[in-house]
Amino acid sequence: MFGLDAANELLQLLWRNRVRTALTALAVSWGIFLLVILVALGRGLENGAVHDFRDDAVNSIWIRGMKVSLPFNGRAPGRKVQFKNADLLALQRRLNGIEHLSGRYYVSGNFAVSHGSKSAHFDIRGVHPDHVFLEKTLITDGRFINPRDIDERRKVAVIGPLVQKALFGDQPYLGHEIQIRGVIYQVVGLYDDEGGRGELSRIYIPISTAQLVYHGSDNIHHILFTVGEASNEQSAAMEQRARSLLSERHGISLADRRALNINNNLIRFQKVSEIFRWISAFVWLVGLGTLLAGVVGVSNILLISVQERSVEIGIRKALGATPLALVRMVLSEALVITLLAGYFGLFSGVALVEFARPWFADSDLVRNPEVDLKSSLIALAILVSAAMIAGAAPAWRAALVKPIVAMRSL
Amino acid sequence: MPRLIEVEQLNKFHKSGDAPLHVLKDLSFAIDEGEMVAVTGASGSGKSTLLNILGILDDYDSGRYTLAGTLMRGLSERKAAQYRNRFIGFVFQSFNLLPFKTALDNVALPLYYQGVGRTKRRRLAADLLSKVGLSDRAHHHPEELSGGQKQRVAIARALITRPSLLLADEPTGALDSVTAASIMELLEELNREGTTLLMVTHEPSIAARAARRIVLHDGRVVS
Repeated sequence: MFGLDAANELLQLLWRNRVRTALTALAVSWGIFLLVILVALGRGLENGAVHDFRDDAVNSIWIRGMKVSLPFNGRAPGRKVQFKNADLLALQRRLNGIEHLSGRYYVSGNFAVSHGSKSAHFDIRGVHPDHVFLEKTLITDGRFINPRDIDERRKVAVIGPLVQKALFGDQPYLGHEIQIRGVIYQVVGLYDDEGGRGELSRIYIPISTAQLVYHGSDNIHHILFTVGEASNEQSAAMEQRARSLLSERHGISLADRRALNINNNLIRFQKVSEIFRWISAFVWLVGLGTLLAGVVGVSNILLISVQERSVEIGIRKALGATPLALVRMVLSEALVITLLAGYFGLFSGVALVEFARPWFADSDLVRNPEVDLKSSLIALAILVSAAMIAGAAPAWRAALVKPIVAMRSL
Repeated sequence: MPRLIEVEQLNKFHKSGDAPLHVLKDLSFAIDEGEMVAVTGASGSGKSTLLNILGILDDYDSGRYTLAGTLMRGLSERKAAQYRNRFIGFVFQSFNLLPFKTALDNVALPLYYQGVGRTKRRRLAADLLSKVGLSDRAHHHPEELSGGQKQRVAIARALITRPSLLLADEPTGALDSVTAASIMELLEELNREGTTLLMVTHEPSIAARAARRIVLHDGRVVS
């Protein structure tokens, strides 16, 4: 389709109408440029949402006791549901499919924590050993809370990097002591977490110690467990079983949805993923619309071009140009404009996205906007088909020009 | 001499307005190879329409038109294009050169549509340009050429495919009389060398130079 002669002809033609060519090319470039930017933004939004989940185990279920809202078995509503150690044991024994299970005891209020002369306020949580899996906590030094810490109610602490920085600076911290409102704990581990700043300035202590020291008797504030490889349906079923088990233990009506606040991350995650699939589809739709405008522009320009050149086309026909040769001529014009302009738009879009990327590396809303190879190839395929669509009508018209118009050219 | 063109009972209507206009009425004539024929007649007599049909630029409604033994009737655009390319060279009153191409490229263009390679094309085009006396103008664009030079380029272009028939539509209509005479000399020379020439003209002095005249009046051959 594209010999040297045809290429020459085409270059001459594009050059003769260079302003028009440039404007059309601009429309196409702009279309594909916007498409790339939109797709990258959509991907960034999705990345941001996925990242939001990254910090916690995606397959986790979180249960919190709230206020009872319906009367049941002769008991009035209004009391708060308070989980106990026994609830955790009951879940462990009677709920099949639990992979990791942990309670959480929030030591309420920001406690002053000190080491030597340095002091700061941090968030303190009493947890079980399995908690390390639920928050996807990464132990970077030392160890996490272990079963013996729980059994012996040891005063040990696992601290976050911001705690370590604030209290120890460059000093060694493992095995050293910190004071939490007068009580001395030994630092046994340092963790990291992919969540934000809040996640990095915590102190984890054994839940049994927390209950003892901070007068919690055997109270638990939050129950967390993971469901392993369970499917959505299995996960939902486990959520349901946990609800009925805990409702039964606490004398709550099963209809009382507000008494137990249950967060199923797996289902939430899937819902959010679905939303982002829709957003992504929408983004493509908008981008394609913009591109379509460019294509209509190209088609228009070609129609005008064919109209203007009807005498020339007539002459060519009189000299023996077949309809196919003319269709080729027009299509290759469309192809070259869209491909060159499209490539330029694609290139600038990708360049801009790559250039802007570092600014979004840590952002929560739009994170790491990116254009992958697949999207680029799809965009390219769209371009080529767009060129063909844009060229179809004008090419058809060119093929139908009557050669007699050449005779009437006076 | 063998028959080149045979036209029998040819009819052509123009479908404009309410009633179709009967433009060519039962035309019959024949032209042998090597002839030089002038088609004349007042404007509106149908001579341009006849030329279009003979040039396979237009179709006709009834009758027969045979060119070099092949019936030209109801051809597809592709076939028509191929026959035009192979059998016919056109010379137009308004030259119809492509303005953005040099004289050489204009002459070579019909061979492009035959798929002839670029080098060979340009060599043949250069030969023909020298034959019409324009070797030194090969790389000029039409706007840099005089009317007579343009028509010479157009004639060279018409000849490059070695057509059986050269069709000329008022070939001197846009030229002054001196230039017109030189173009006619060129056409006569080509005819002497064996090219069959059919030209449409309303100028008696030009028509007089042809060995044979077909005079049209109101869509009929009157002599």
